[in-house]
Amino acid sequence: MAKLILSMDGLVLKEIALTKERTTIGRKPHNDIQIDNLAVSGEHAVIVTILQDSFLEDLGSTNGTVVNGQPIKKHFLQNNDIVELGKYKLKYVNETPAGQAKAADFEKTMVLRPGSMRPAPAAPAPAAAAPVAAAAAAGTKNFGDTVAGGQSATAAPVAASKPAAAPQKNAALQLLSGANAGKELDLTKPLTTLGKPGVQVAVITRRPQGFFITHVEGASFPVVNGKTLDAQAHSLNDHDVIELAGVKMEFFLKT
Amino acid sequence: MTLSGALEVASCTDPGMVRSHNEDSIASDGDRGLVVLADGMGGYNAGEVASGMATTVIITELQQLLEKKVPYEIDAHSGKLVAHQLLHEQVAKANTSIYQAAQSQPQYAGMGTTLVVALFYDNKVTVAHIGDSRLYRLRGDELRQVTKDHSLLQEQIDSGVITPQQARQSQNKNLVTRALGIDPIVEAEIHDYDTQPGDIYLLCSDGLCDMVSDDDIGLALQTLSSNLKLCAQHLVQTANDNGGRDNISVILVRVLRDYPAPRSIVGKMMSWFK
Repeated sequence: MAKLILSMDGLVLKEIALTKERTTIGRKPHNDIQIDNLAVSGEHAVIVTILQDSFLEDLGSTNGTVVNGQPIKKHFLQNNDIVELGKYKLKYVNETPAGQAKAADFEKTMVLRPGSMRPAPAAPAPAAAAPVAAAAAAGTKNFGDTVAGGQSATAAPVAASKPAAAPQKNAALQLLSGANAGKELDLTKPLTTLGKPGVQVAVITRRPQGFFITHVEGASFPVVNGKTLDAQAHSLNDHDVIELAGVKMEFFLKT
Repeated sequence: MTLSGALEVASCTDPGMVRSHNEDSIASDGDRGLVVLADGMGGYNAGEVASGMATTVIITELQQLLEKKVPYEIDAHSGKLVAHQLLHEQVAKANTSIYQAAQSQPQYAGMGTTLVVALFYDNKVTVAHIGDSRLYRLRGDELRQVTKDHSLLQEQIDSGVITPQQARQSQNKNLVTRALGIDPIVEAEIHDYDTQPGDIYLLCSDGLCDMVSDDDIGLALQTLSSNLKLCAQHLVQTANDNGGRDNISVILVRVLRDYPAPRSIVGKMMSWFK
């Protein structure tokens, strides 16, 4: 479950779990998070939480709400976002259960049945709530460690959800024969096809591990450094010479 | 009735990089124009059981029924298109089987599965789906998502709470609002679409579309369309290269030629001799 860490001048004042569907922030005492400071409006902002996602909305406050240095009206909160209200800072920490050991289990598809969303969070939450609550309790004593742990634990899945890092090096093909001899072709796309459709086609795939050439269609297979390939993907090395549909070309890595 | 030669089908399924089990299940019968994909859920191996039951029930029952029934005719009893009637009945049958197994066997309690089925006939495709397994269509250079997920995120997008871009960052993935085998009765969403020669249809589990952007899916379908098997493997590989956090299943169907229904008596006679 997500939480907010209220701080001022680097000093942690309070930790607030986002358990409610609406968590209000403002100067007046009826707010869930009361910040008694004149720079904060009476009803300043609200955070709407839907299961694992939280949305911050400014309620037309006088001095506005700033997230990561940008003034916002409505914002979909992401882990480690910093919300600024006057001198106060609220750090949004969403230590998703992805950080738990059973990450894969949690991410499994679940059915959300009508009526299960309120008042209690849907099925996945109870299982997740216990360990997180435990972590939060431990966190009061040794707070810094918990946050660091949460960050490192969530880092992996976040990285995984982004496209994997492209190969370090860029690469290109230089045609060695044929009408366009001397021309260079940069291999920037994930897939680059070579050859003549209907006659012989091969594809070069750009993967995190490097570049690979695979036969796509046609009776004859591509030849790399004088050796005919089979149907399997073949890893390309710097200065490999490829022959395809009667054209020779050299594969080389760019720095 | 056979569609032999009208469709080319290729598929690939993989547990991914994180999971030990593959809870997805796929089945196809190109000659009958039938492809089925299911993404199971539930503890231990219950997910595999649910998705396996769904694909098995639907493919074997429909294979038999399509021997006798003609999908493009109107069912005299219900007034519905036979294709819709068949899909509706078989989805209900699969649902009942899974639901009853889940009720009677404690180790299967709570199991369920998503489902997407495509039935090709008469230059058309009828698509039935439940949950967040999808069907896409590549026509020319345009990739279109044909099915709309039954998921919390899709509902939030529809009601304007979040944008599709934000949805990609949401922590509320994997929450489906409809699944096979969870309740005694489930309604599949069923629609018809016209097909054209050259179209490529992609059925996939969320393990693909969560890990690979629509742009990269479109690029793969376009550039590798001449080798469908390689294309299916490439899509799975790309999902794995990007982390492969869930099981990944892909079925590709390419329309090679027109396949109009034989309307006349002569046409029907001809189709028997094919």
